[in-house]
Amino acid sequence: MPDLGIRVLFEGNNFLRLMGGLWVTVKISLLSAAISMLLGVLLGMVMALKNPITKCLTRIYLEFIRIMPQLVLLFLVYFGAAKTFNIDISGETAAVIVFVLWGTAEMGDLVRGALISIPKHQYESSKALGLSRFQTYRYVIIPQTLRRLIPLAINLVTRMIKTTSLIVLIGVVEVLKVGQQIIEANRYTAPSAALWIYGTIFFLYFAICYPISKLAGILEKRWQN
Amino acid sequence: MDWAFIKQCIPLYKEAAVLTLSIALLGILLSLAIGLACSLILYYKIPVIRRIVHGYIELSRNTPLLVQLFFLYFGLPKAGIVISSKACAIIGLAFLGGSYMAEAFRSGLESVEKSQLEAGLSLGLTRAQVIRYIVLPQAVSTSVPPLCANTIFLIKETSVFSAVALADLMFVAKDLIGLYYKTDEALLLLVVFYLIILLPISVAASLIERRLRHAGFGYSSAV
Amino acid sequence: MEQALLEVRNLQKSYDKTPVLKNVNFSIQKGEVAVILGPSGCGKSTLLRCINGLEPVQSGEIILDGQNILRSKTNWSQIRQKIGMVFQSYDLFPHMTVLDNILLGPLKVQKRSKQEATAAAERLLERVGLLEKRNAYPRQLSGGQKQRVAIVRALIMEPEIMLFDEVTAALDPEMVREVLDVILELARGGMTMLIVTHEMQFARAIADKILFLDAGEIAESSDPESFFKNPQTERARRFLNTFEFNSVRE
Repeated sequence: MPDLGIRVLFEGNNFLRLMGGLWVTVKISLLSAAISMLLGVLLGMVMALKNPITKCLTRIYLEFIRIMPQLVLLFLVYFGAAKTFNIDISGETAAVIVFVLWGTAEMGDLVRGALISIPKHQYESSKALGLSRFQTYRYVIIPQTLRRLIPLAINLVTRMIKTTSLIVLIGVVEVLKVGQQIIEANRYTAPSAALWIYGTIFFLYFAICYPISKLAGILEKRWQN
Repeated sequence: MDWAFIKQCIPLYKEAAVLTLSIALLGILLSLAIGLACSLILYYKIPVIRRIVHGYIELSRNTPLLVQLFFLYFGLPKAGIVISSKACAIIGLAFLGGSYMAEAFRSGLESVEKSQLEAGLSLGLTRAQVIRYIVLPQAVSTSVPPLCANTIFLIKETSVFSAVALADLMFVAKDLIGLYYKTDEALLLLVVFYLIILLPISVAASLIERRLRHAGFGYSSAV
Repeated sequence: MEQALLEVRNLQKSYDKTPVLKNVNFSIQKGEVAVILGPSGCGKSTLLRCINGLEPVQSGEIILDGQNILRSKTNWSQIRQKIGMVFQSYDLFPHMTVLDNILLGPLKVQKRSKQEATAAAERLLERVGLLEKRNAYPRQLSGGQKQRVAIVRALIMEPEIMLFDEVTAALDPEMVREVLDVILELARGGMTMLIVTHEMQFARAIADKILFLDAGEIAESSDPESFFKNPQTERARRFLNTFEFNSVRE
């Protein structure tokens, strides 16, 4: 019977539909990641300020986003925002909002960490060499900051892609949902489809996340100070 | 905000929380065991098995828990293997957690300087004795911070258990929203309960980390 | 002639393809103190590590008490009990007290009774002047103190020969003397020792025999007075010169 099951993958445009579902996931992650990075850099600079009020507020924001399971945040936005603000937002929109909030917080923390981890003497020795403030940032600080950030940022993207799988639980039609639909449709003709469909989805996620995390690893090694 | 309703629902949430935590505990303990075994295999560089361990770690770290659960709960039965919801949850959590714990233990093992091993061997200790009396005690203290972080991570991951028909916190919340339309109340309780579970553990983890950093052994190396 | 306690024959060792020790030959009698001198990086530490089985050896023999310990069936746990080694970086176990550090070997390897071992440990600690530190942790000790504890840790195993690998190289100058004094006392007590050091005066005072190791070979082997006053080889002369300074103010 596993025979019949695996054929489902090749029938019609089933596989394409799965890929389409996967694309929904990837699209949301990439969009959220991109926005998070921009906002995150800004937030990071704000977090690095010495102002106690901003420190406190940003701290609370960061800790709350971090401690809550992402699914809870999704519920809060999807169910809560709709009720409170009386607007109907789609699962995708809720997902993007949540991931941007999450991504910005994480990115902000990374940026803050990177900024304060540059040893003070880098600033001082640049000054001693006669570089202007702007030059110091452009040639000394920012390249180093980027080298620390980029592998971590890529790692964040991988985590986002994996977390996006949760949106099936707020009704978004992504790869798991498509899989369910295919299985349902073939309930009588291919009873063991579930094994192959979910197995395939498992490896599809792997096929996406593994290269990305390997890339982050390679960059990190290459740029190790 | 319907406070009376909230009061009514607290027992429901409590039950769900207990269920979640009991499964999480088993899953985490299993992860620790799997992680320790894997890290030792990698540390000892045992020939064939270490490739399998590498493969396992990559697979489990690059796939979401939800997908793993779907496979275990909906997929495996078609191959004749039927597992209960609880078992699925525990296995899934252990499968995911094992690789993260392995990483944590590995960094601990590698943080012990080679010279410590040599000093132990020079006294006539066997390799096994060196691992037991010299390497592991030191490795554990380096591993504890990431182990704590992983524990918190795994508890957060348990929020997907409703997907395999377990009456956990998310399930209860969704139910209340769907059946009674008490969205605000349901969500408030949800947040509160997760805070009750996660805040103490988070604070405990920071304290442990700080204690370890201060206790710091001050390694006896020359520098 | 009495059989040598330690004999090294035709020892050859390479790292990857680079030879580090080429054809090293020497022997040490019981009660003898041999000091290995030579330029940095010529394999002095490597030689000691080979004797203790911490480095693989390509060819040659190391004969301890008449037995070649480089055979593949060697029980290193047993052999290492006969060889005491003290490292440059002391390598005390940071998670154990001084006393526990010292007792680990006797209790777990030699299976001696806790009472007897503790008594022996305390006697030795007294000899090196550290008895009151027995419950301290390594991080609370100075470098010189740690090194003295390391020596006690090796001594309590009652080895037949002690290997010292540049044990004062990492110490602040003020602490070097207290450690050297301990080693001198051991020599006076008749312990067989193989010492690698940079401390020339110390070498001159303690050695029965100087082994000059250069470029992986024992270039010269003689008693200390001959070596320091009349080095036979050009290489030895050059080496000794590096420790002499001609005054700027001639």
